[in-house]
Amino acid sequence: MSRARAILGIFLLFLFLFALFGERPLAANLAYYYDILINIGINIILAVSLNLVNGYTGQFSLGHAGFMAVGAYASGSWSEHLSPGMVNFLAGSNGLLNFVLKPFPFLQALPTMFADNLALVVATIFGGLLAALAGLAVGIPSLRLRGDYLAIVTLGFGEIIRTVILNIDFLGAARGMSVTGRYTNIFWTFGIAAIAVYIVLGLVNSTYGRGFLTVRDDEVAAEAMGINTTKYKVIAFVVGAFFAGTAGSLFAHYTGFLTPEGFNFFKSVDVVVMVILGGMGSTTGVVLAAILLTILPELLRGLAHTDFVPAFQKAIEGAIPIHLPPLQGLLENRLILYSLLLIIMMLTRPQGLFGDIAGSRKRVASSPSK
Amino acid sequence: MDALLKVDRCTIRFGGLTAVSNLDMSIGNRELVGLIGPNGAGKTTVFNMITGVYQPTEGAISLNGERLNGLKPFHITARGIARTFQNIRLFVSLTVFDNVRAAFNLHLKHGPFHALTRGPKFKQEEAEIREQAMDLLKIFNLDRFQDVMCKNLPYGDQRRLEIVRALATRPRLLLLDEPAAGMNPTEKGSLMTLIEFIQEKFDISVLLVEHDMRVVMGICKRIYVLDYGITIAEGPPDQIRRDPKVIQAYLGE
Repeated sequence: MSRARAILGIFLLFLFLFALFGERPLAANLAYYYDILINIGINIILAVSLNLVNGYTGQFSLGHAGFMAVGAYASGSWSEHLSPGMVNFLAGSNGLLNFVLKPFPFLQALPTMFADNLALVVATIFGGLLAALAGLAVGIPSLRLRGDYLAIVTLGFGEIIRTVILNIDFLGAARGMSVTGRYTNIFWTFGIAAIAVYIVLGLVNSTYGRGFLTVRDDEVAAEAMGINTTKYKVIAFVVGAFFAGTAGSLFAHYTGFLTPEGFNFFKSVDVVVMVILGGMGSTTGVVLAAILLTILPELLRGLAHTDFVPAFQKAIEGAIPIHLPPLQGLLENRLILYSLLLIIMMLTRPQGLFGDIAGSRKRVASSPSK
Repeated sequence: MDALLKVDRCTIRFGGLTAVSNLDMSIGNRELVGLIGPNGAGKTTVFNMITGVYQPTEGAISLNGERLNGLKPFHITARGIARTFQNIRLFVSLTVFDNVRAAFNLHLKHGPFHALTRGPKFKQEEAEIREQAMDLLKIFNLDRFQDVMCKNLPYGDQRRLEIVRALATRPRLLLLDEPAAGMNPTEKGSLMTLIEFIQEKFDISVLLVEHDMRVVMGICKRIYVLDYGITIAEGPPDQIRRDPKVIQAYLGE
């Protein structure tokens, strides 16, 4: 009984949130903030899923952007070539839904609103599944490797994906690919982010899930305790790749335009930085780090217009009689500050900015009292 | 005597080095057997060979008549051989309780999907595991540390926790790799009682690798002596103590 009520409650909440966030805002002055919100959601999905691989399971993957690219291009092509027919069949003007809803004139607007969201969800699942398949194909042979070697293989995979896309004319090659259906909205972005958080936490917080942590701590001991470490690593890798793929799909259907350069090595590093900063194996921390690292560059954007660097240069030139080459054109001020912040954080809090939050209850009791 | 573990003429070579040669060993049900030898004699290699970390170059290993050659370590653990490590290898980022809980993974009925749906069966199994793990910890007086990070435990408790973790896999044969290393005489004394207690309480066989003669001679019914990978003697403690070959291996000419 209480279970049925809970499901009904979740369904109603779902409807409410959907009505609230299921559409893109039209007001132009909100577009910038909407953009940041969507990016936060996408980065949360990326960071939380990479945290399952790099944080909880202790494998160092540098190929997350590669899986994101697979998801983005797969879902993009799905939406461009395959999806319209299906959506038309279900939600078009002569479609199944319209036929069913004919007796209810007040619900007539539903199919059009529904069509975009349906197209997005199906494309996203498709993108995620293809990315998961790529994860399986890369994971099974390469997860025998450890540490730096795995990092190199996954890095190589990311670059291969990028180069392959660059050479496929169907996917637009270097010209880029446009995705006409810009369906992504807050509802699905944060909905999928919530699902990612639930799945990662649900997997890890169980007797079954302790296996991921034992792989990270000591593979030899884990095997000796009867834990199939390869299986755990592959599962982590595939789940991680799946969510990277869904993030790619959301990205594709938000920006409406994809280039291979958008999924280069630096994109992977961005996600790795979120995981490290948030604290490896702390989902709360990683979510907060994803939010922080999406907002921070925007906050620092204002600095680009200040005269901070020239003024600093002038001060140096005033103190010592030397002439410095102009720095303004060479460096973007905010990137200096951004990396400086990262260095300071790493030096002062190597366990990650929020690394303690998740395990705070356990750490309180960490010294044995006799 | 019906043998639980049978090692039949096993040889293991690493390149040109023969680490263990022609090892014959059999361990019966509920038997407490010792394996001794000077440094570098190949004792830990024998352990690694039995648990599947290394594959024997020649020879066969079987447990209850079932061949173990070619199986992965986790398969061998599933068939009933658990071990501890010479240098403690606990899961350092986990609590004491979680270290034991992780070892219950082997006999888990639920999988990743149950962990996500969290149905009543999943909850019931998790509750059972919690109870069994706590029972095990209670036997070894470690239950009060359940929420302590295992790396913060005193050294002796870490060693005992490793044994608890191995017992959680429900073994028929327990391999202990130098459990007395780094212990003082009093701790060694209580360790001897503990090993005998485990053997009786859990009704299992134990193979004990140990440096400390007093510990091995005190509790083992039968002892194998290894030197340079070759079995130089086998028999009850009294016989081993007087064996000229053993004395020579340990004390020199």
